[in-house]
Amino acid sequence: MSFLLACPYCGPRPVDEYAYFGEVTKRPDSSPTLRELGEYVYFRDNVAGVQREWWQHRTGCGEWFLAERDTRTNEVLEVIVPDPRKPAA
Amino acid sequence: MRLEGRDGERIDRSKPVSFTFAGWKVTGFEGDTIASAAFAAGKRVFSRSFKYHRPRGLLCCSGHCPNCQMTVDGVPNVRVCTEPIREGAVVDGQNVRWSLDFDLMSVTDKIGGPFTPVGFYYRTFIRPRAAWPLYEKFLRSAAGLGKLDPHAGHSQRYDTEHRRARVLVVGAGVAGQKAAQEAAKAGPGVMLVDEDARHAGLALDGVEVLAPARALGIWEGGLVPVDAGTTLYRIRAEKIVVATGALEQPIVFPGNDLVGVMLPDGARRLLRDFSIAPGKRAAVIGSDDETLALADELAEAGIEVTKVVDLRDARPRELAAQGGKGRVSRLALDGEHYGCDLLVASGGRQPAYSLLAQAGARVEYDDSLGVFVPTQLPAGIEAVGSVTGEGLSKIAAEPTYAGKGKRFVCICEDVTTKDMKRAIGEGFDSIELAKRYTTTTMGPCQGKLCHLSSIRVYAHENRVYEAAIGTTTARPPWSPVELGLLAGRELTPTRRGSIHHRHEEAGATIQWAGPWKRPYAYGEHPEDEVRAVHESLGVIDVSTLGKLLVEGPEVVQLLERLYPNRFGDMKPGRIRYGVLTSDGGRIMDDGTIARLTDDLYYVTTTSTGADSVTAWFEWWNAVWGYEAEIVNVTGALAAVNLAGPRSREALGRLVDDADDVAADAFKYLDVKELVVAGVPTLAMRIGFVGELGYELHFPSPAGEHLWDALVAEGARPFGLEPQRVLRLEKGHVIVGQDTDSESNLYSAGMAWLPKMDKDDFVGKYALEHFAQREEKEKLVGFTMEENVLPAEGAQIVVEGFPVGRVTSARRSEAVGEVIGLAWVPTDRSEPGTRVEIVIDRLRRGARIAHGAFFDPSGERMRS
Repeated sequence: MSFLLACPYCGPRPVDEYAYFGEVTKRPDSSPTLRELGEYVYFRDNVAGVQREWWQHRTGCGEWFLAERDTRTNEVLEVIVPDPRKPAA
Repeated sequence: MRLEGRDGERIDRSKPVSFTFAGWKVTGFEGDTIASAAFAAGKRVFSRSFKYHRPRGLLCCSGHCPNCQMTVDGVPNVRVCTEPIREGAVVDGQNVRWSLDFDLMSVTDKIGGPFTPVGFYYRTFIRPRAAWPLYEKFLRSAAGLGKLDPHAGHSQRYDTEHRRARVLVVGAGVAGQKAAQEAAKAGPGVMLVDEDARHAGLALDGVEVLAPARALGIWEGGLVPVDAGTTLYRIRAEKIVVATGALEQPIVFPGNDLVGVMLPDGARRLLRDFSIAPGKRAAVIGSDDETLALADELAEAGIEVTKVVDLRDARPRELAAQGGKGRVSRLALDGEHYGCDLLVASGGRQPAYSLLAQAGARVEYDDSLGVFVPTQLPAGIEAVGSVTGEGLSKIAAEPTYAGKGKRFVCICEDVTTKDMKRAIGEGFDSIELAKRYTTTTMGPCQGKLCHLSSIRVYAHENRVYEAAIGTTTARPPWSPVELGLLAGRELTPTRRGSIHHRHEEAGATIQWAGPWKRPYAYGEHPEDEVRAVHESLGVIDVSTLGKLLVEGPEVVQLLERLYPNRFGDMKPGRIRYGVLTSDGGRIMDDGTIARLTDDLYYVTTTSTGADSVTAWFEWWNAVWGYEAEIVNVTGALAAVNLAGPRSREALGRLVDDADDVAADAFKYLDVKELVVAGVPTLAMRIGFVGELGYELHFPSPAGEHLWDALVAEGARPFGLEPQRVLRLEKGHVIVGQDTDSESNLYSAGMAWLPKMDKDDFVGKYALEHFAQREEKEKLVGFTMEENVLPAEGAQIVVEGFPVGRVTSARRSEAVGEVIGLAWVPTDRSEPGTRVEIVIDRLRRGARIAHGAFFDPSGERMRS
């Protein structure tokens, strides 16, 4: 992976400046079964296509943001800064 | 063999340079390569082939083929045809037994038998199974390339440089130079790289030229790593122009690997650049004007040309190079023989499209040229010049020519037409499979000289059309690269606290702690430092702790959801120990959480966890969207832990009013703002080391001042090692040392910590499940029955079976025993249970213990 990712604040930067935190997952609301918990903690959809994922500009400005990325081409369709006062996912 | 001075030669005859070539002293001139100087001195054999140990001589002189790979000053696989000559260099052959000219292993070429066919090592050497290690040892030494000296260490320093370019042109040929100049007209930011050293002095207006430098591949985002010797340029280019040209292709005929068989470029370079006659008598075979023109050039230089074969007209039934001792002495052509010690042979040129293919271009067989050409270039990539197929002549008509002797398709891996046939006969009917089975194109040249031939031979044998076969995938790197260059230099910044120089002055032994340099101890006797803390006063620099300020109207919600603990019920001015867990229920980090005001908390993390915990906090806060801010003040604040029975009186003397630190005014787990020795300080009364103690956090620049003040009060500096002893005496866990990624709060003996009645916290769901099951193993303390110290990681055995492991162990003077922490099976975790620990292969008895070994009631730290 060596694509460029546009930080919402710093603009296009090599991807190795970022920390990848994986696809956006749905955290269970209340006490899940062991299976549900296991799925949430350990399993990912791993789609071949567009997925929504978390990134942090770790060695840059430090911002956490969401990106819509096509996992087949690494084309980033959109980057979204979550509203700091609202749940993001 | 050196000719009279010629125009355009690159050598400086006034500057002789000497080196050792396979034990012989060779003298060449400045401007020579090692190979050209050795060739001028009469050396013809430069290497032995991979499998058959056939002698091999110069072929391409362009750094593409494997034939001149030698070990230069201990560095293996150096292509000496492009390696500049240097005084005193020691150049040796590789993959030889005895000498380059007489290699004992060359019997493999003669005896045939089990050695000959492709894949022999999978079959011949598979039985008996038990003998494989022996076979392997033999095969490893019999085949392959240079040997790496495992004790060689770093031969040179490598660096990585990050660059940006608007336009990057790869290849400084006619088309490449033109493209670079065009691009430079439109603005700055144009770079041109070429592997050939002759372009080193190239000056083009507005173009930065890197040469000799090899583009290794094209990655996504326009990333092109360029190997420039000891510097790896990572060039990000908005536009990449590939002008890598076309590569002359060997013809597949019997004896086509004999010493003296050369590609036109090899002969051309020896003649033009180094004024060396590449032979005495030459024959030239080609199917394009460039190759055939070489015949005239050789003749002009005084070389007798005995035969010129134009494959565009001639259709020879027999075409073979013949000779003895691995050297060509004549060309056999349809029953006629022509004497020659130089046989220039080229089937034509094939576009060097690999970089384009890596970038995602399609590669298709061009029927009119008989070569593969790139098509459908991806966005941002352009191809110019002969790499597109432009200006190329049709390739030689026949994929192979008949005659007696081995016909090599791939000289790197010693793959012959017979091997290809055999592979096809065995059912490897896809080019990708045949490639892997025969290893054609997988050698050092990476298909540069054999990719086209192998596909043509394959098509011929299978009686299919080349276009139907397709090509194998070209992967980076395009040319071999030294591992050192990829690894680069260690550029992780070393971190030092603001008090670091005081530790050095005090003679501390400095050790790495993650990215930090920290004192291990201040002398040979860490136990003295332990005693000082127990009996009077010690001070340790804990500036490396992660430090976060968390503030906002919803700070309690945020922290209570991040930690299993409860924090909302704390009064401002109080501190609580907290442990972070993941949603999988595993222990991640620990630290202290101090409430400074209703909506301001001061959080510390472990030293190694500072960055990851900050990121973790910020991420969850982005997920939940609480009205709370997180500020990382790790580097801004220094911190020291003043500990020991005398710490209260010492601190009292450094503050304005000693009553502020009186026992009832500053209790255990209180936090207070104090001015200590004139420095505004956040003081926390906590007891990691088990004695009365104060952790002082204050602005980093005041580090040395406050440290000096504390030392002047009689505090003895103590390092990490005594701290580890002290905390172990208290049974305090170090996250990451005593816990691992499997540990949870129940198994680590902290079942009291999580507040399961909270609505939610990270890890709650998992802990709910853990609470219902019995943990398989538990973290417990132990004391040794004898005065022997187990290694950290030592096995715990019960009835001869390993059941657990030691995570920490130290000799404690205060306890009078060897103490430690260990993971043991739950049914062996009760206090007093006897287990055995393996120390130096002997089993030694130990007793399980819970809680603190020293001052179990905690009177001292609460005093």
